[in-house]
Amino acid sequence: MIKTQPYRIYFVLLIVVLILFSIINVSLGSVSISFSECFNSFFANPEHYTSNEYIFQDYRLPKAITAILVGSGLGVSGLLMQTLFRNPLAGPFVLGITSGASLGVALVIMGSSLLGGILTTILISKWSLVIAASLGSFLVLLTVLIVSSKVRDTMTILIIGLMFGSITAAVVSVLSYFSSAEDLQQYIFWGFGSLGDLQWDELKVFAAIYALGLLFTIASIKALNTLLLGENYAKSLGLNIKQSRLFIIIATSLLAGTITAFAGPIAFIGLAIPHITRQVFNTSNHKILLPAVFLLGAIVMLICDSIAQLPNTDYTLPINAITSLIGAPVVVWLLVRKKKMIF
Amino acid sequence: MNKYNQHIILDTKNLTIGYASKKAETIIASNINLKLHQGELVGLVGANGIGKSTLLRTLTNVQDSLGGEVSIKSKLLQTYSSIDLAKVLSLVLTESVTSKNLSVFELVALGRQPYTNWVGNLSETDINITNTALAQTNIENLKHKKCYELSDGQLQKVMIARALSQDTSLIILDEPTTHLDMYHKAYILKLLQKLVKNTNKTILFSSHEIDLAIQLCDKLIVMTKDSIITDTPKNLIKQGAFNSLFPEDLIVFDEKIGSFRVIK
Repeated sequence: MIKTQPYRIYFVLLIVVLILFSIINVSLGSVSISFSECFNSFFANPEHYTSNEYIFQDYRLPKAITAILVGSGLGVSGLLMQTLFRNPLAGPFVLGITSGASLGVALVIMGSSLLGGILTTILISKWSLVIAASLGSFLVLLTVLIVSSKVRDTMTILIIGLMFGSITAAVVSVLSYFSSAEDLQQYIFWGFGSLGDLQWDELKVFAAIYALGLLFTIASIKALNTLLLGENYAKSLGLNIKQSRLFIIIATSLLAGTITAFAGPIAFIGLAIPHITRQVFNTSNHKILLPAVFLLGAIVMLICDSIAQLPNTDYTLPINAITSLIGAPVVVWLLVRKKKMIF
Repeated sequence: MNKYNQHIILDTKNLTIGYASKKAETIIASNINLKLHQGELVGLVGANGIGKSTLLRTLTNVQDSLGGEVSIKSKLLQTYSSIDLAKVLSLVLTESVTSKNLSVFELVALGRQPYTNWVGNLSETDINITNTALAQTNIENLKHKKCYELSDGQLQKVMIARALSQDTSLIILDEPTTHLDMYHKAYILKLLQKLVKNTNKTILFSSHEIDLAIQLCDKLIVMTKDSIITDTPKNLIKQGAFNSLFPEDLIVFDEKIGSFRVIK
């Protein structure tokens, strides 16, 4: 807890890598844009953008920022859940956030066609999906929290979250059964996740909620470290378990909730990044782990996004598939190499 | 004697312990009157299921009492805030810590949590107290080891060091000698005796090592179905308190050697 110095070099390295991959990320795509062009566009008049400047300013830059927010936010909320539930299999979505969001989106996409007519065109806009996903995850999370407040054991919350996930999945199945092929396709496309759909004004809302989530996370650092001893010891050290638990859950919901609302359900990052970070940093101290998870999550997400773009082609692969395709082998490789899971 | 009385650390009056549900109360023991003074090593002995853990859980405010009072340093247990209680009472539990990836120093330093700032940074005082706790338990050489590298005996010393670094007048340990070999059982209890002498803290522990407890403790609390007696080991032997501790069909207490033996 006192020795932060040896880690400083790692952090400097991670920050350099993050900047490097941000630059690579914005210069790659169906057309390649040079670094100087990107840099100059900041000083250009928006009304006289060249097409490259326009692509950079209005598409690639917001996409890169989204990638950084999504990767770091999912990593951090995964770490929070793993420490709170003392379970290496926990991820940002164990509390039913994704299932709630997918229920909301499924209701809008597949439910609106049942209502038919003019409503369809009004309901299916970008914002309506964001609002539906937020409302869905908020409602499911609220139900999980209300039920959880009746139980003492933190583990029970994990099970309750999983149960609610099953219920919403079942409702989505029923909806899918009755909906048309086009609606089903649209729903599945939402499930692929997407980093590139955000405009600047959406990004502002995203970033504000995200920052609030980070504040709750930082306020929980001491509690997280105390929880490493187990709940009973933490209690004997004067920690207010219920309040800390609430703070950690709020932080996770804000982070993972907005990410799912704006970028869709992005798998794997939240589960894997904390593991990769623990293997690299070999510590359980959250004062080190949190910033490390933050940086590593952002870097991995940028890499995944660059790959998903398939540089110099017109294709974009679903980001949700890339994160797992790239990430899972890395975790397996780390575990096999170190022969030990650090938790 | 008067001065001695002023240093009562733990005090119970007509305490009743047990479990309460909506329907009924299950009383495990009642009329418990204990007085633990500063600088005493006190052992709590009794058969399995007699209520040792329930008593300890009640004394440490993990569980509510069914009646009577518990005070620590002449202040009622219920009136302590959780952070203030953490400054007078530290625990060593039977459960192991969640993250074995902590280093020994990190784990012991976590005992300073009630005193550190909102983000948990250690001040120089905190580091000094942590180092003293490591020295008092003879584990300075393990300082940089990870907890998963330790043996059960070493880990128990680390947990005791953690309780010490919490800097409380009272330390309560729940069966600190389980899982340990004969040597380490004696070692841990002897260590507790040394700590009581050197630091003038009060240490209460539950244990099944009755023969060791008789040799090392200043006082013993003997729990049986009918009564809870507190006295020095010598007096307890004289009163024959150990004879009724267990059913007498298999083992009997031998007053000459101060230990139990199997009936042949």
